Amino acid sequence: MRIEIGTVVGHDPMGPDYRVLTLKLPGVAPVAKPGQFVHLRIAQLHDAVLRRPFSIYRVDGNHLSILYKTVGRGTAAMQNLRLNDPVSVVGPLGNGFPTDVANAFTPVLVAGGYGVAPLYFLARQMTCRGILFVGGAKAVDILLADDFRALGWEVQVATDDGSLGVKGLVTVALDAWLQLNAKQSPPEFFACGPNGMLKAVGDRAIRGNWKAWLSLDRHMGCGVGACLACVQKVRLNGQETLARVCKDGPIFEARDVIWED
Amino acid sequence: MKPTLDINLAGIRMKNPVMVASGTFGYGPEYADLVDLNKLGAIVVKGISLEPWGGNRTPRMVEVSGGLINAIGLQNPGVKGFTEKYMPFLRQYDVAVIVNIWGKTQDEYAEVAARFDGVEGVHALEINISCPNVKAGGSSFGTNLESTAKVVAAVRARTKLPIIPKLAPNVSDIGAFAKVCVDNGADALSLINSFPAMAIDIETRRPILANVSGGLSGPAIHPIAVKLVYEAAKAVKVPLIALGGITSAKEAIEFMIAGASAVAVGTANFTEPLTALNVISGLSDYLDRHNMNSVQELVRSIRI
Repeated sequence: MRIEIGTVVGHDPMGPDYRVLTLKLPGVAPVAKPGQFVHLRIAQLHDAVLRRPFSIYRVDGNHLSILYKTVGRGTAAMQNLRLNDPVSVVGPLGNGFPTDVANAFTPVLVAGGYGVAPLYFLARQMTCRGILFVGGAKAVDILLADDFRALGWEVQVATDDGSLGVKGLVTVALDAWLQLNAKQSPPEFFACGPNGMLKAVGDRAIRGNWKAWLSLDRHMGCGVGACLACVQKVRLNGQETLARVCKDGPIFEARDVIWED
Repeated sequence: MKPTLDINLAGIRMKNPVMVASGTFGYGPEYADLVDLNKLGAIVVKGISLEPWGGNRTPRMVEVSGGLINAIGLQNPGVKGFTEKYMPFLRQYDVAVIVNIWGKTQDEYAEVAARFDGVEGVHALEINISCPNVKAGGSSFGTNLESTAKVVAAVRARTKLPIIPKLAPNVSDIGAFAKVCVDNGADALSLINSFPAMAIDIETRRPILANVSGGLSGPAIHPIAVKLVYEAAKAVKVPLIALGGITSAKEAIEFMIAGASAVAVGTANFTEPLTALNVISGLSDYLDRHNMNSVQELVRSIRI
């Protein structure tokens, strides 16, 4: 973990609702691992006291990219970032996904909306290929499907309105696949998305006796484990305890997470 | 010649008067990769109670205009957990360690204080009688003169370490609280804690924090804190540690002119972890520019 002033080297829309911000970060980028995140100070948001956490979408040499959607005043202000603007970054933060999957298992990535971003970074680092299940509200919320296909991954899509792929939750597509394939190629899950989706993936993993690595999202304060804002109830060596999502996560194995909401 | 920044605050020797505030810097290791702890005046660790404590439900924090509201609820590993897990780490550094303590009862405060007596590397105790986020303890003590007096006296009776009550801002006469702390044995005072505050989601009409309300900190509270420090400085002679909304040397200097001997950076650690270090260098530059040889010339230097 370090603090570094990055420079904007790219800031482009991805479809109508999303943007990719690329920063030159020679200190942070080369040591970043899939599943880790960066904490950005949005200088354009003058009265903000908190940084904003973003999972890492891709790393290319000294360049690090995040994929974001405008969901609040922080991301709204970020839209004004221009080429060559400086951005203060703390990172890489948290623990990443494991990137090795035992031979007998198929990596099964499950994404909700732009939760697909860190899974793309993961897929690029994995030596084996697998399948991505990605769900979203409508077709424009399904991102990077072709990029995964270009890496040799199978992609299955689900949308709430049926405008792309199967209609319904991503678990509809996932369950159909599991029924046909889980016996001969047991899955190891890697998931990023809303809590309901994470819990659903975790439940399937526990039932099937497979592993599921879940990327949790909680409102964070400091990002480094100091403030204890983003705690999650977990089971550690059989004991219930509070883990800091920013420092002890954000990746947790499904069996360790105790869902309360 | 560079102005001297070192101070002796109620027997606590610090290389500069800039500390990091309880609850905003963890127990030290969390920020050690980003901030050279040896450069800080002191680290005030997150509040410790007799036994481990789980704190409040989430959400525990929300950003608002010019600050944040938190209701962490004093989650901590307890005296034993803290001492075993974090003191060996902190002892590696040449920095004053001030342990913030709290209890659910007066006896618990005193017992926690006693347990820290003689723990190597602990330089002082800050008594949290002003946390707005716990039902028992915290500001239920610090907003009542009589219970403030009792808690401070009870802690005083059980420790030889310098004790620093941390005052609540939401009282009608801060001077009276400052005085009652000093009369009962306080060596210095910290002021102020966060302000009771609340934020509501207007779509759901529910409070944003699980605890319903919390404590407001950050730049929004700074001018209010300056006034409270100014009032407390008129009431007592002991050294004051001022905190509330410091983001740069400017706010720290304001506090010192108003009456503080030292300052603590809190919420700004989250925004910019290097804030305390920037305050130290900015303070040095300011003294230089104003031809002061020592930071002590700045303390209580207000011209009315």
